[in-house]
Amino acid sequence: MRNPLSDTVVSIKPSGIRKFFDIVNEMEDAISLGVGEPDFDTPWHIRDEGIYAFEKGHTFYTSNSGLKELKQEICKYIERTQGVKYNFNKEVIVTVGGSEAIDIALRAMVNPGDEVLIPEPSYVSYLPCTILAGAKPVIIDLKPENDFKLTAEEVLEKVTDKTKILILPFPNNPTGSTLKKEDLEKIAKVCIEKDLYVISDEIYGALTYDGNHVSIVTVNGMKERTVLINGFSKTYAMTGWRLGYALAPESILSQMLKIHQFAIMCAPTVSQYAAIEALKNGDADIEMMKKSYNQRRRFLLNAFKEMNIPCFEPHGAFYVFPCIKEFNMTSEEFATRFLQEEKVATVPGTAFGQSGEGFLRISYAYSLDTLRIAMDKLNNFVTKLRQKAQ
Amino acid sequence: MREEILSVIAKNSKINLKELAVLLDKNEVDIANEIADMEKEGVICGYHTLIDWEKTSVEKVSALIEVRVTPQRGQGFDSIAERIYNYPEVNSLFLISGGFDLLVTLEGKSLKEVSYFVSDKLATLDTVLSTSTHFILKKYKQEGTIIAKPRKDEREAIS
Repeated sequence: MRNPLSDTVVSIKPSGIRKFFDIVNEMEDAISLGVGEPDFDTPWHIRDEGIYAFEKGHTFYTSNSGLKELKQEICKYIERTQGVKYNFNKEVIVTVGGSEAIDIALRAMVNPGDEVLIPEPSYVSYLPCTILAGAKPVIIDLKPENDFKLTAEEVLEKVTDKTKILILPFPNNPTGSTLKKEDLEKIAKVCIEKDLYVISDEIYGALTYDGNHVSIVTVNGMKERTVLINGFSKTYAMTGWRLGYALAPESILSQMLKIHQFAIMCAPTVSQYAAIEALKNGDADIEMMKKSYNQRRRFLLNAFKEMNIPCFEPHGAFYVFPCIKEFNMTSEEFATRFLQEEKVATVPGTAFGQSGEGFLRISYAYSLDTLRIAMDKLNNFVTKLRQKAQ
Repeated sequence: MREEILSVIAKNSKINLKELAVLLDKNEVDIANEIADMEKEGVICGYHTLIDWEKTSVEKVSALIEVRVTPQRGQGFDSIAERIYNYPEVNSLFLISGGFDLLVTLEGKSLKEVSYFVSDKLATLDTVLSTSTHFILKKYKQEGTIIAKPRKDEREAIS
């Protein structure tokens, strides 16, 4: 019999997060700080709208690009948060989560041999999606001394005449790092000079704690060369509804729409109805959740300070990324031992790229009570390690 | 700063000052002063504990009583309200718009005790026109906290 498999797919490594997941599942009373989704329930008025959509029988396909009213509300949201106008009819597509948008954006834009710049540490799907689209991933290792921000110099260093796309994953999972308008302006300059397109994954945009999130599309000349990706999962605690969206110039978006049309048809209809309610009346929910995350963020940073574990101050998403190099272990060893000895699950930084070595991703999508217990346990663990080292 | 402090301690009055200062990114002494001021001004009226008595061996009966009264000239509802809230059995008392005037919530050891209070003390007040008593059978949610059943974290442990 012939090998039934694609060499490309076989060559792709499974997600480093999943590997760790199996160990945690075996353990009964483990505390997890490992999730990448909000602990809040979807606000009731949004769920209620979903139920209502079921009751009214809104259970058919929508148009491929999504409900008109939803696309209009998405454009209004981007206009009120970023001050940038999009045409709801031609420049928006509703997708199955931000992840689908990443995939179809890459597939619509690259040709074999094109290079895609991927800053790491970052979300685990950019690299495999690039490979599956037939392009060549080129990693930019973000540096701890820059608080894991991407700099224009780092982009410039990796640009070749084959480079076509820069992935811009900020606010960043796993580091929580964010970019300011002035950082974006410098990066934009390089993109325009070198004629690069940008896929800007702004799924954590609403969760920014020092001022408001700024998108690269606000920089002159960038809207024309950017696919802006966002969604409802993190902003409104709607992960299981599987709903995201992309905004892009019509020439790119119409090609993305073709892939979406053939592979997906349309995003879940009931979710789309609920999402209209989220965009119309959900701003207060975002504020409430943001306030809560921010308190936990401060709590964790203070806990690390008291334990003398270095951690830069992240201003976005719901992760902190402390440095554990002091203990002379790989991230994976540290996370594994911490799990085995104290029963607390964290994710090794290397799950998000080699430049995450020496760091842990700790999620604060947990109640303060849980975080308090987990930090006590971390304190036990590092105290033990330090005593042994002496 | 007041609103921020209140929004935290409204849910957790047990929180210590040091942690509160960290959560709000404020100075501990400033927070202590602000809380002391709010206590003095009566903004903060008490620090109560939400208890699910069902889980204890203490027998308790709670009731809501709708009361219709005749307001008194020059005093409106205030003096009759005062007569009612001075009874230690009365848990809370609200002036209500709509079909009746006062809503009394009450806690007693038994049905008999509550009934006795209503028929003997409350209904016999001169200004009280009528009462309607509702016993509470089960508490699902109180003060924003769901007490009926705790939710389990359904999220995958790592994602």
